Amino acid sequence: MMEFTLWDVVRNLLLAARWTIALSLTAFVLGGVVGLVVLFGRVSKSKRLRVAAMGYIELFQGTPLLMQLFLAFFGLSLLGLPTSPWFAAALALTLWTSAFLAEIWRGCVEAVPRGQWEASASLAMGYLQQMRYVILPQALRVTIAPTIGFSVQVIKGTALASIIGFTELSKASTIITNATFKPFTVYAVTALLYFALCWPLSAWSHRLERKLGAAHRH
Amino acid sequence: MAYQFDFVDVFKYTDVLAKGIAFTVTLIGVGGTLGIAVGIFGAWARGYSRMKWLDWTVGAYVELVRNTPFLIQLFFIFFGLPSLGVKLTELQAALIAMVFNLGAYSTEIIRAGIEAVPRGQLEAGASLAMSRLQVFKHVVLRPALQKIWPALTSQLVIVMFGSAVCSQIAVEELTFAANFIQSRNFRAFEVYFIATGLYLVLAILLRQGMRGLGNWLVFGRRSP
Amino acid sequence: MPLIAIEGLHKRFGSNEVLKGIDLGIEAGEVVAIIGKSGSGKSTLLRCMNGLEAYQAGKITVEGTPVTQDETDLRHLRLRVGMIFQQFNLFPHLTAGRNVMLAPMIVKGTAEAEARTIAAKVLERVGLGQKFDAFPDQLSGGQQQRVAIARALAMEPRALLCDEITSALDPELVNEVLQVVKGLAQDGMTLAMVTHEMRFARDVCDRVIFMHLGKVHEIGPPSEVFSNPRTPELQQFLGQLH
Ligand SMILES: Nc1ncnc2c1ncn2[C@@H]1O[C@H](COP(=O)(O)OP(=O)(O)O)[C@@H](O)[C@H]1O
Ligand SMILES: [Mg+2]
Repeated sequence: MMEFTLWDVVRNLLLAARWTIALSLTAFVLGGVVGLVVLFGRVSKSKRLRVAAMGYIELFQGTPLLMQLFLAFFGLSLLGLPTSPWFAAALALTLWTSAFLAEIWRGCVEAVPRGQWEASASLAMGYLQQMRYVILPQALRVTIAPTIGFSVQVIKGTALASIIGFTELSKASTIITNATFKPFTVYAVTALLYFALCWPLSAWSHRLERKLGAAHRH
Repeated sequence: MAYQFDFVDVFKYTDVLAKGIAFTVTLIGVGGTLGIAVGIFGAWARGYSRMKWLDWTVGAYVELVRNTPFLIQLFFIFFGLPSLGVKLTELQAALIAMVFNLGAYSTEIIRAGIEAVPRGQLEAGASLAMSRLQVFKHVVLRPALQKIWPALTSQLVIVMFGSAVCSQIAVEELTFAANFIQSRNFRAFEVYFIATGLYLVLAILLRQGMRGLGNWLVFGRRSP
Repeated sequence: MPLIAIEGLHKRFGSNEVLKGIDLGIEAGEVVAIIGKSGSGKSTLLRCMNGLEAYQAGKITVEGTPVTQDETDLRHLRLRVGMIFQQFNLFPHLTAGRNVMLAPMIVKGTAEAEARTIAAKVLERVGLGQKFDAFPDQLSGGQQQRVAIARALAMEPRALLCDEITSALDPELVNEVLQVVKGLAQDGMTLAMVTHEMRFARDVCDRVIFMHLGKVHEIGPPSEVFSNPRTPELQQFLGQLH
């Protein structure tokens, strides 16, 4: 049997971590785009759009991410679409991320005083113009910290993609454990790698939050 | 050829689903209670203990948990700890992982509630000759829990959803039941669809339960 | 020997020296009013006397025992000296009765039945015998402040420190609180109160202390201090009030 050194373990996990990063970035970027669309619906004047957006958010926030991954994985093949763990994971994580980001951003948009809507409306701006030129620029400052904070949840969420067979960091740790019979070391190193990915983002988010809080208190 | 949905087939396995629900409820019931208890201790340790090393230790624990996936925490406890001689059953490992996980999140949530209690309340307690621990227990804790009860409820729901991964160490909870059924009847989509619906219902019930518990425990206005 | 004795008290917040050498003795049974401009250090002085603020130099003793930041000493001090705050600080999750019962039960180990009797008695004394089961948010400001007084009284303190206890009240509620304090004074309670109610200070207090820039600027019986202010600062302060 082959001997695995600690470096072998770390090296292989690092290689797999690239896929964790790739999946996180995909879900976060695409989720951000979809989330923005959902946000527009969520704060629009049309009741039907608002209710639809609310239902969307409720659905993805109100059920386990793992179920969403399973449904994406098996649902895609039912639709006759070519499916792969990567595609299913990217899809499910994107939708899940979009719901959370839309809800986070809604809070920030609603923190913009009503008078700003009224003032911009009185200047004959349409809804999209109001959002683009008046509301979002003001909400943006407040959204940065919680958005970065949520990116940590996305990275941790990608671990579930291992369960539908996508080989990222978590899946790799299980494979390596089975090859090395060193679960303690392998999972400890895996945890540290996740920590190394997430903690800087958490810390950054906290710092921004504190700064903003301090600015608010003058 | 269009796919024919067959949900009826899933209901042949009602007993399996029921058992799965029972396990999920056990996980969140036991894990939730103990996790919140850990959170109260953690919040006390960070804000009230005046022991630097304890504050620091709890702080490190919170950061560690919040910046690693629950799945890896679970695997580390179930697969990793036995090599240190700690043998755990699947259910024990799952419960420990849940308490460990929720404990960290609820530490931060409860701490925020404690920090929101006005200084004057602490001073009033102190001026009545209460010790710091007495002030924490009798003056601070209840108003703090009132303030953060909704956040704590949301966290519990998140943790219940997270408990789905306990299926990966063969704890026979709801997701495990769904995996089992679909391996038998090959109706994966239908099975997971129904399981998802069941989680949705469980989440609603959990929120209701927390509301009831809150009214009884922390919001309750029991006259003496 | 005074009940509360303060010698050469200095207190700084960072580089801001707030108390610049206070010497003061308060005798048992004495009622002392502390007046002065906002920021002159009145609250800080009172809070030092209750151990809510640590001080850098000087000495405070209560019945001969020094006030330190030692946890046991502090609790011993606070068993003898109660404090009432501008913002009442009632515990919002407890009824008026429970607010009063809490400290006797957990601090002194009084049995619940006895604590209840004590609470009923002190609430009666502040005119709120009927409000035992009311929660703070069901009471007016004046009633809340009277519960706070009852809560302090239940610990049977030797002295009470009152920091602008009527300043947060609507004008029509001020009197009911002052009446209670007047009753306490007549019963022989030792009182040190920061107040802006000059008429009350004149009628009820034995001595008036005028604080200015962290020092006791003038001190004497109310008749002298109010009718015969010796320093221009006090003259100006009293002049501004009218
Ligand atoms: N906790 C504190 N930290 C820093 N400075 C304080 C604090 N409390 C009071 N001060 C300062 O001490 C001075 C005296 O305050 P205080 O005793 O409250 O005055 P008064 O009660 O006479 O209005 C003020 O300049 C105030 O800004
Ligand atoms: Mg003051």
